Amino acid sequence: MWVFLATEVLFFGALLTAFSAYRWAHARAFALAAGRMRLRLGALNTGVLLTSSLSMAAAVHLAREGRARAAARALLATGLMGGAFLAVKGVEYAGHVRDGLWPGPAFAGAGPERLFFAFYFCLTGLHALHVIVGLAAVGAAGASCLRRADGSEPGALVENVGLYWHFVDVVWIWLFPLLYLLRSAR
Amino acid sequence: MSACYLDAGRTLRSWLLSRDHKRIAILYLAAVTAFFFIGGAAAVLFRLELLTPEADLVSAEAYNRLFTLHGVIMVFFFLIPSIPAVLGNFLLPLMLGCEDLAFPRLNLLSWYVFMAGGALTLGAAVAGGVDTGWTFYTPYSTAYANGYVTLMAAGIFVAGFSSILTGLNFVVTTHRMRAPGLTWGRLPLFVWSLYATSVIVLLGTPVLTIALALIGVERVLGVPIFDPRLGGDPVLFQHLFWFYSHPAVYIMILPAMGVVSEIVSTFARRPVFGYRFVAGSSLAIAALGFLVWGHHMFVSGQSEFAGLVFSLLSFLVAVPSGVKVFNWTATLWRGRIRLDTPMLYALGFIGLFTVGGLTGLFLAALGVDVHVHDTYFVIAHFHYIMVGGAVMAYLGGIHFWWPKISGRSYPDGFGRWAAVLIFAGFNLTFFPQFLLGYLGMPRRYHAYPPEYQVLNVLSTAGASILGVGYLLPLLYLPWSLRRPRDAGENPWGATGLEWRTASPPPVENFDAPPAVIWEAYDYDAL
Repeated sequence: MWVFLATEVLFFGALLTAFSAYRWAHARAFALAAGRMRLRLGALNTGVLLTSSLSMAAAVHLAREGRARAAARALLATGLMGGAFLAVKGVEYAGHVRDGLWPGPAFAGAGPERLFFAFYFCLTGLHALHVIVGLAAVGAAGASCLRRADGSEPGALVENVGLYWHFVDVVWIWLFPLLYLLRSAR
Repeated sequence: MSACYLDAGRTLRSWLLSRDHKRIAILYLAAVTAFFFIGGAAAVLFRLELLTPEADLVSAEAYNRLFTLHGVIMVFFFLIPSIPAVLGNFLLPLMLGCEDLAFPRLNLLSWYVFMAGGALTLGAAVAGGVDTGWTFYTPYSTAYANGYVTLMAAGIFVAGFSSILTGLNFVVTTHRMRAPGLTWGRLPLFVWSLYATSVIVLLGTPVLTIALALIGVERVLGVPIFDPRLGGDPVLFQHLFWFYSHPAVYIMILPAMGVVSEIVSTFARRPVFGYRFVAGSSLAIAALGFLVWGHHMFVSGQSEFAGLVFSLLSFLVAVPSGVKVFNWTATLWRGRIRLDTPMLYALGFIGLFTVGGLTGLFLAALGVDVHVHDTYFVIAHFHYIMVGGAVMAYLGGIHFWWPKISGRSYPDGFGRWAAVLIFAGFNLTFFPQFLLGYLGMPRRYHAYPPEYQVLNVLSTAGASILGVGYLLPLLYLPWSLRRPRDAGENPWGATGLEWRTASPPPVENFDAPPAVIWEAYDYDAL
């Protein structure tokens, strides 16, 4: 799983590096564009995702102790928060499209700002895709916990899903400041 | 004594759904052989076009599509999977003394993903092809694309996941499934090179995947990424592309070096000279390989300081490569050398790789590169590494392990003739291209000034000899399957664990789990 996550780091790393190169080249426009982001929704989602990592950590801990039913409940909480994250993200996307910020030919703004939103949609879209995969994995881990509710070994599955979920969380911790908080050109 | 893996089921289903690494390796063998001859057919067509200075056989447009098809198929669907997915898949568990790879189902999945990627790419080629070259540089591949760029990029995108799955499987297997007593210092050097290769695959491929995905986003969704009119930077694509694609050349050559280490040691009957240095040089090449991508971009307008640093780092790659060449030579010293078919390929590899490597130093030098950039000199250089190196080693490996894979021996006389033909044909094809490039003939043109014709005719003549050389094994290796399975456990007197089980191996690889109490390449322990 760690090996797989190394691959994932390079996936996002390449995109983030490309973003940083453009951010450097168009500092003012990118800062302006970040100002058009919906900071409150982003902050809300940061809170939701961080909390879901807490319940995921609890699930891993409970599974290690052999308390499979409690672990399944913690996984359910994680899954619900993951779903809430996606819902908020959907509301946010809809808002951007209404504001004319979809970086297609009808984009309302200057060229480099359009680049910012191109990367915004690529980065958060790839991240959302990972959250969706994560939800499926959390579901599978929860189901396996329930099957092993008799107290037998919960296996490496919960552990690995936990690692993956934390990774997805960490990616967001990079995305949030880069896309939402960097509003000054300096 | 349990049944051998070839007899474990004869239906098509028993092959297509097999989780046995040996059968999956055979599936890969069939696939990459088909891709090799498809890519080769494209090369035959454009070599024929280059027989005369005028455009007579194909149009400029068709020529562009042919060399793109050749590059894409050969790089992504032959060279990258050839040695790891065929020989590595078959041999890694045998060399480690275990029953299968760590994740047998992922291994089968990787083959299906690979075939899906291949189908998309061939679909794009049949639909009309792509004219960007295998590098997909923007804006050829974005604003000015007029072929099926998205479809072909999607094929490579998908195939990338197949190599990631294989790399993951190899790394985990090497860490977790070595036989008792098989310490890291006792691993065959082929395993070391597969390990280094897998690390590159895992860290490099995602970057290519993202770069191709960004092209897809720009083409399909109309979302600009590399469009300079909006402040985007086409050179950024080149950075992302070469961050994978330079390490990718080490994905192609490192496993080949591992094969050569095995063959040279076996046919000189001496342990590889400086085992630790040869193993370490694989890791050094893997690490340095990530730091030199900018040498593809000396004339792309990157800063001259970046060029300077990239040039210096590129020179450093010569150090571990030189360690390998000198150590193979030292292994031969005072050896009892037998010139069987695999050894002919291995010796050919050492010579051709040396020429390819030394001309690589010309290209790593900033000033010389500006002169020969995008000429046939570059073409000749990387074909010496890729064809003279990787393909020679692949064929050497196929001949070396064929008795293990099939249980049969092949006619050695034919084998030697084919090896010599390939060596001669190869040099006649590509050596004139060094001269052409130095004289200034640029790559990727279908027509050229008449003064270049003599060298081009020589090159095309060489290509026809090379083609005959490649067809020979395609005839006599399948023919050998009609022979009885009498190759024996260890026909070459080699030391690896794979030679201590039946040929072909049983389904579980070993009748009893092996334990290793000897050092690597210990011929006295046999």
